[in-house]
Amino acid sequence: MSAFLALLKRDLTLAVREGAALGTALGFYLVVVAMLPLGLGPDLKLLSRIAPGILWIALLLAALLSLPRLFEADQEDGSLEVMATAPLALELAVVAKALAHWISTGIPLALAAPVLGLMLNLDIALTPALVATMLAGTPAISFLGSIGAALTLKARRGGLLIALLVLPLYIPTLIFGISALGFAGLGQDGFTASFLILLAISVASVAAAPVAAAAALRLQMS
Amino acid sequence: MDLGPHAAFIWASYGAFVAIVGLLIGWTLFDGWRQANALADAERRGLKRRSTSAPASDRGSA
Amino acid sequence: MQTLTQRLANPTRFMELSRAVLPWVAAGACLLIAYAMYLVFLVAPPDYQQGETVKIMYIHLPSAWLAMMGYSIVAVSRFGLLVFRHPLADVSAKAAAPIGAAFTLAALITGSLWGKPMWGTYWVWDARLTSVLILFFLYLGLIALRSSLDDESLAGKLTAVLALVGVAILPIIKFSVDWWNTLHQPSTGFTSTVDPSMRTPLLISAVGFTLLFIALHLKAMQTEIVRRRVKAMRMAQVERDEQRFSAGAE
Repeated sequence: MSAFLALLKRDLTLAVREGAALGTALGFYLVVVAMLPLGLGPDLKLLSRIAPGILWIALLLAALLSLPRLFEADQEDGSLEVMATAPLALELAVVAKALAHWISTGIPLALAAPVLGLMLNLDIALTPALVATMLAGTPAISFLGSIGAALTLKARRGGLLIALLVLPLYIPTLIFGISALGFAGLGQDGFTASFLILLAISVASVAAAPVAAAAALRLQMS
Repeated sequence: MDLGPHAAFIWASYGAFVAIVGLLIGWTLFDGWRQANALADAERRGLKRRSTSAPASDRGSA
Repeated sequence: MQTLTQRLANPTRFMELSRAVLPWVAAGACLLIAYAMYLVFLVAPPDYQQGETVKIMYIHLPSAWLAMMGYSIVAVSRFGLLVFRHPLADVSAKAAAPIGAAFTLAALITGSLWGKPMWGTYWVWDARLTSVLILFFLYLGLIALRSSLDDESLAGKLTAVLALVGVAILPIIKFSVDWWNTLHQPSTGFTSTVDPSMRTPLLISAVGFTLLFIALHLKAMQTEIVRRRVKAMRMAQVERDEQRFSAGAE
């Protein structure tokens, strides 16, 4: 456990010290959200209707941007090899790294969403639901993303490839995140059901994704 | 043959299907032909699949 | 007693057997497809609801079926590679993926050309069309990952991990797309049962194109084995050249 926490702490410290990665992700999030009204026109009614979708899709893209770095730095300086042979199971090391990614990227993006929602005329009453669904959904984004990051570690064109591999895996998260918000917006009681499914998807990815990611990493170690 | 008011869609879908499957078949045959040629060429040049054990003189290169 | 898959594990044995089988499969495919097309265009009646556009069904449904069968072949082969280290598994999966992707694309295009006269639009975000589109994305991901690494054996194993992840998540994707569809769209009511007069040509067409798929798969596997032999021969030659060179330099 202490090894797990040490790894988590190390990754978070690195994320804080680098800082630029989070700044880039947040900046990208802002720019994508700002570009869409420029493409769709400034009609506030339309924007408030599609705001949840814009916020979610922009969040997926922004999170995707930081995924290639998940294992890259560790591979470059050789610490990945150490992790593969360390007493701490590689699966748990992946959990620590994906968790660090969620804390350092997923949570800030989820917290930034309501602010960007204001620009899209999103109903203020939806803010708690928006933040709640995003906090519930972003673990799936980080953990499923770790599979893509592990698979493309040595691939040519890794950055583009990771989007192609990982975006289809995000479809369930996206659908249930948006449908929960849709129910919340209409004041219907379907919110709880969608939200619980979203949570289940996240829990399942936290449990299963590290196994796949660790298997992919091990294949590339030997 | 009268295919009714939507004949264009029927022909278009059959056309697209024939194009895709035709390309697939054509490419599969071409690739097979190309690799068979490469194999024949390599065999003609006397290449073998396993590397022969090194002669005693160049033990140092291993 | 060895099982068939074990006996086929030897690439040379596979080449012999598949070379013997391939002409028959290909001939069967040609005959059945020709017969199916004869039935479709000269015999089968128009549908009372959809008129002649139902002719698209005879290529659309087999394509959709082969799209799914192709993914199953890829997934099973990848599983065989990862778990049993079957030597032909990677060859089979690598050969099947582009064929499956091509039939998926064919299903999407014929489906959308069928949709225009039926629904008035080329594309509806119908649960089935959307699922097939996502299947196409999964195929693209598999092909892209397989081709992005120079190390064949590593590429095969990594693609196996991706394929198994895809199999695990496919039901969840299907479930969420269905949920999403019922949320956003009234059912298209497009579930008419197939009349017996159309069932026969449909069945013959499906079997014919399945045989075509198998023939293409066998041919592509043979080609892949030959490609590997050529590669191995060239590598061995380079090795020998290096040995000779270093021997001469001493």
